[in-house]
Amino acid sequence: MIEVQDLTKAYGAVTAVDHVSFTVNKGEILGFLGPNGAGKTTTMRILTGYMPATSGTAKIAGFDVFGDSMEVRRHIGYLPETPPVYPDMAVEDYLDFVARIKNVPSDKRAARVTEAMRKTNLEDRRAQLIKRLSRGYKQRVGIAQALVHDPDVIILDEPTVGLDPKQIIEVRNLIKGLAGDHTIILSTHILPEVSMTCDRVVIINKGKIAAVDTPQNLTSQLKGGQKIRVEVQAPEKALRDALLQVSGTTRVDSEQLPADGHLVAIVETAQGADIRSAIAAKIVQNGWPLFELRGVSLSLEEIFLELTTDDAAHAQASAN
Amino acid sequence: MRNLYAIYRKEMRHYFVSPVAYVCIGLFLLISAFFFNFFLSAVIQQSFQMEMQSMQFGMPQQFDVPGQVMRAFLGLLSTLILFITPFLTMGVFAEERKRGTMELLMTSPISEIQVVLGKFLASLSLFAVMLLPTASYVVYMYLHSDPIPPWRMLFAGYAGILLLGGSLLALGTFISSLTENQLIAAVLTFVAFLFLWVLDLGHTSEGGLGSVLQYLSASRHYDDFARGIIDTSGLIYYFSFMVLFVFLTVRSIDSMRWRRA
Repeated sequence: MIEVQDLTKAYGAVTAVDHVSFTVNKGEILGFLGPNGAGKTTTMRILTGYMPATSGTAKIAGFDVFGDSMEVRRHIGYLPETPPVYPDMAVEDYLDFVARIKNVPSDKRAARVTEAMRKTNLEDRRAQLIKRLSRGYKQRVGIAQALVHDPDVIILDEPTVGLDPKQIIEVRNLIKGLAGDHTIILSTHILPEVSMTCDRVVIINKGKIAAVDTPQNLTSQLKGGQKIRVEVQAPEKALRDALLQVSGTTRVDSEQLPADGHLVAIVETAQGADIRSAIAAKIVQNGWPLFELRGVSLSLEEIFLELTTDDAAHAQASAN
Repeated sequence: MRNLYAIYRKEMRHYFVSPVAYVCIGLFLLISAFFFNFFLSAVIQQSFQMEMQSMQFGMPQQFDVPGQVMRAFLGLLSTLILFITPFLTMGVFAEERKRGTMELLMTSPISEIQVVLGKFLASLSLFAVMLLPTASYVVYMYLHSDPIPPWRMLFAGYAGILLLGGSLLALGTFISSLTENQLIAAVLTFVAFLFLWVLDLGHTSEGGLGSVLQYLSASRHYDDFARGIIDTSGLIYYFSFMVLFVFLTVRSIDSMRWRRA
């Protein structure tokens, strides 16, 4: 549905988007994840035809975003970072205006506007002026505006920013409900959002793509093997030696807890091996008191940090 | 065409929900009514004096009261719109840019020319709505004159002021597309208008340059219309002025895509 090939956008000397390529399949939700200033908004603006790329191509529903801009615009709904609303208009009038400029046929217009308001729970605010709405409701009007012409592709730039937790959940559910019929790209810098709503994630940093995968794969891939955290009361040297003897162990890091003098060891293991019982047996065999033993998995936060802050970690991640 | 109408409709609504239209129209009608009354009584007084003089010296004199009032009144209207049109156009694009709604317009299947023309025609309609009530003063005067002066005078005068207003609106729309700040747009528009007015002073200097400047002055052509003459060169001047600035506005909006950082 969306094909992006070597997309580059330079503002003078600054390259905001640097040879970005990805594809989005029909009905999929793609998450665009990256720190502020990573190039998410720029990429989205190029996809919507708001600004041209310096080089590279992007196609939506088979139409080139630059060459066939009008056709592309008919196929997309777009919510920019700030909802593009007219404060002096009532919700329903505003959506009617958007439906008009999005070429919705006049006999379907009223139905489409009602449908968009129903999906975004705006029906009881239809006659209210947009300037009197709260931030969350304005955001919903912005989403309704992106839906009103029933586009194939919906592009949402930070759809949950500035909302309260309850509204965030509502918006996420709304987005999930839209997938299937619509292909969706959303950008965010909030990690749980991606694992909760998206089928696939593009991690972008400094204009470059750092990783593209499903949230599950990203998490398990970067786990590499597993990490096991052991809290035990034992002499450090002896513990390390003992743990290294367990088969499947690749590396042991240990550190002393200041509070009670317990040792905490992080044991890294080869992929696929579950050696928790072997470790427990080893410790018991040595007669050391065991306080805790558990598997640790990297959260998406850690992956994200690894991918976006440390080049060495980045290289390691790609090697995996 | 449907897109153009959608923009036009939205703009008209916008004018009439915001206080801008009411304040502008109200002020315009108030000031123009006051001055019409002032001109009428001044000219009538003058005509009495002339009549008395002519009786004293026995020289019969022709004095065209409606024509005098009409010319003075049209001159006043042209000065008034100089001050009022910048307020009608200052927000046309500056506000859209500031609110971020430009992003909606520019990612909708609607061309720049449709956006610009829709907005321009809306401001022109508002201008006509503002102007037309003042014609009733003149019509009233005409109906109480003996003999009734040629209606052509009235039509030519109002055609002239509509053309002049349309040109100023086109220029103001263009200037509004250059900035996000409405106040700057209004001030720049006003300065540009003044400049167009004083080009007329070129007529004091002799020769080629003087006549070129005279031709370029917006007020010069207006004088012909105010005297009841519909001059082709004036029509061409105002229409090309409007087309030029509508075109420049389209280009200016289009160029935003390229220079946005």
